[in-house]
Amino acid sequence: MTLTVERATNVGPPAADVLLDVRDLRTYFHVMDGLVKAVDGVSFTIKRGETLGIVGESGCGKSVTSLSIMRLLDIPPGEIASGEIWLDGQDLLTLSPEEMREVRGNDVAMIFQEPMTSLNPVFTVGDQITEAVVQHTRMSKKEAWNKAIESLRLVGISNPERRVKQYPHELSGGMRQRVMIAMALSCDPKLLIADEPTTALDVTIQAQILELIRKIQDETDSALMLITHDLGVVAEMVEDVAVMYAGRIVERGTVEDVLVRPKHPYTEGLLTSIPSKGMRGSRLNVIKGTVPNPFNMPKGCNFAPRCPYRFEPCGAYDPRIEDAHPPDVACWLYTPAPGQTSAPRQSGPERQAGPMTTGAPT
Amino acid sequence: MSDATAAPSATKADPTGRDYGSSNGQVLLKVDGLVKYYPILGGLLRRKIGDVRAVDDVSFEINRGEVFGLVGESGCGKSTLGKTLIRLHPPTAGTASLDGEPIFEKRGKDLKRLRRRMQIIFQDPVGSLNPRMPVSDIIGEGLLAQAEKENGWGDRKVRDKRVGDFLEAVGLRRDYARRYPHEFSGGQRQRIGIARALALDPQFVVCDEPVSALDVSIQSQILNLLLDLRREFNLTYLFVAHNLSVVQYISDQVAVMYLGRIVEVADVQRLYSEPRHPYTVALLSAVPDPDPRVRKKRLVLKGDVPSPAAPPSGCRFHTRCWLREHLGNPENCVTDDPALREIGTAAGHRVACHYAERVSDAVVERAAALQPAIVADVAEEV
Repeated sequence: MTLTVERATNVGPPAADVLLDVRDLRTYFHVMDGLVKAVDGVSFTIKRGETLGIVGESGCGKSVTSLSIMRLLDIPPGEIASGEIWLDGQDLLTLSPEEMREVRGNDVAMIFQEPMTSLNPVFTVGDQITEAVVQHTRMSKKEAWNKAIESLRLVGISNPERRVKQYPHELSGGMRQRVMIAMALSCDPKLLIADEPTTALDVTIQAQILELIRKIQDETDSALMLITHDLGVVAEMVEDVAVMYAGRIVERGTVEDVLVRPKHPYTEGLLTSIPSKGMRGSRLNVIKGTVPNPFNMPKGCNFAPRCPYRFEPCGAYDPRIEDAHPPDVACWLYTPAPGQTSAPRQSGPERQAGPMTTGAPT
Repeated sequence: MSDATAAPSATKADPTGRDYGSSNGQVLLKVDGLVKYYPILGGLLRRKIGDVRAVDDVSFEINRGEVFGLVGESGCGKSTLGKTLIRLHPPTAGTASLDGEPIFEKRGKDLKRLRRRMQIIFQDPVGSLNPRMPVSDIIGEGLLAQAEKENGWGDRKVRDKRVGDFLEAVGLRRDYARRYPHEFSGGQRQRIGIARALALDPQFVVCDEPVSALDVSIQSQILNLLLDLRREFNLTYLFVAHNLSVVQYISDQVAVMYLGRIVEVADVQRLYSEPRHPYTVALLSAVPDPDPRVRKKRLVLKGDVPSPAAPPSGCRFHTRCWLREHLGNPENCVTDDPALREIGTAAGHRVACHYAERVSDAVVERAAALQPAIVADVAEEV
């Protein structure tokens, strides 16, 4: 991920080493009660072979961002109101549905959270992988079947010749997620989007799946966009991270910067509200209040009503990450607000070193 | 039970007549050899063809005022254990006592009185509240069911006041009593669930994954609340969760379950700093750490948890055990079922592993280093 400001005003395709370039994406939903701005001006890039994590709590717009990229939203009620999504030199938002079908699977593939609901219960695992392969390559049914077996072997499923003939319900949760990964990889995508890939899994199975995604990302050199609410998973899996809050990216940077020296009060609040070893006996930090009502967004900064560092400009002006230099945080603590000559802070407070949770005996 | 003298007073209907002051360190809940099987029905006549051994011979004690954490992966029996203890499911075998009184033998009126003293907070804040009831009825229903002359809960006014009091105790406004569940956020719903459990003035509360469905920032609010309420109402919790960091934060004692058995139990500091069961070690090593400066040795377990309908012979963990592999696959892991035994110098640290003494930092280090990147799924049968 590059941290450049000009993104939103860029015209034409991005540089060749940029695989995904999302520019000022706005995805809205028209619902009975009004307009929900689920994604409200999000910009980021992923270079070839790089990894980006998107973190945030439920409703922050992280999944809608990925569904917008895949163009898997129901329109209506959804609407991509504006923005550009450049993938490998073409703007996905200008493609016809047929062209988009070619892109899905071929150039970008997605792994979903719930492996049971994203697999079709009435077809065998093999049928489902074969369908994707036949759709995107010139392979015959027979060749595609063998490719399916091969990709099951690649994701560490033992006895793939037998598994390929089984139905999703015959597999365990971890196994189903492996099948999803096998399916996603069967056409060698350039970008893999994993939307909460391990949230439904137990911790020991999660460790297996994360290991697998890492290994495959290493070997195939595809780019990875990992969407999760788990800051631990982000820390272990990706190099760069973007924190989303109420439809916006509020902070971004390398994992080392964001998780060790969080700038945005929301990021800091998230990190300190995770229970950790040293906190036993003391009260956990709490981000007071709840996420703002999408029909009634606060004036000024979206996070201001919950922010412990709130000062005058926060209630009046809306901070944008694009206005920061470098554009790594959307907060008036770090960017001079309109009418102010300097910002109160230069860098984020460094978090105490040391394990937040214990691991193997130390 | 040492507190047999305390028992009669606790059976009295007066909900405020309890004395916690001098009871610290006393055992409140004692479980002995608890077994819970669910029958598997099959064949043409739907006869019983097997058992799911959800909880299989579990014994432990919880001291008054303590938080007893119970961790394990899905299907290990931790929720079944909690629900069986408070008699939401009948046990298959075993005994349990609350404050010296047997839990499983109670019938009729006695059982009803007992139920008030043991409550539960559920995981799903949506599914556990009736969408057609206002909050006053959701919390008041239990009060009405437990109404007696002494507590006056049969009177609407008394009930409404109590509902309001407990809404305030969990950090909600009194007038929320008129609202319906859909008007609340997930965190607020969970607070309602907590108020419902506490309004009956229980001694013992089973918290069944109370924060798993919540976002991180809301989760910390609920955890703080649970700890405050424990102090305020002198509660004892059985805290069931799969999140190891949450359990570490809130618990005094922690038990780790695997396939219906407790494989390790110790006080929280001990368990997290010196785990001695190879499963506990792997479980702790698998938790991703949000601090990128921490890079820990990871032991990735092979395969899936075997089916509780047909648990492996001997030690139930032997099919996935890295320690067994490290020791050259000793035979007794397959043949002998290890008992939960006291190890080391710390009193109360019990482990069910033949080779628990062999687990050391060095061994873990070596095993993690030697471990090939395990992506292969070796579990043949699911």
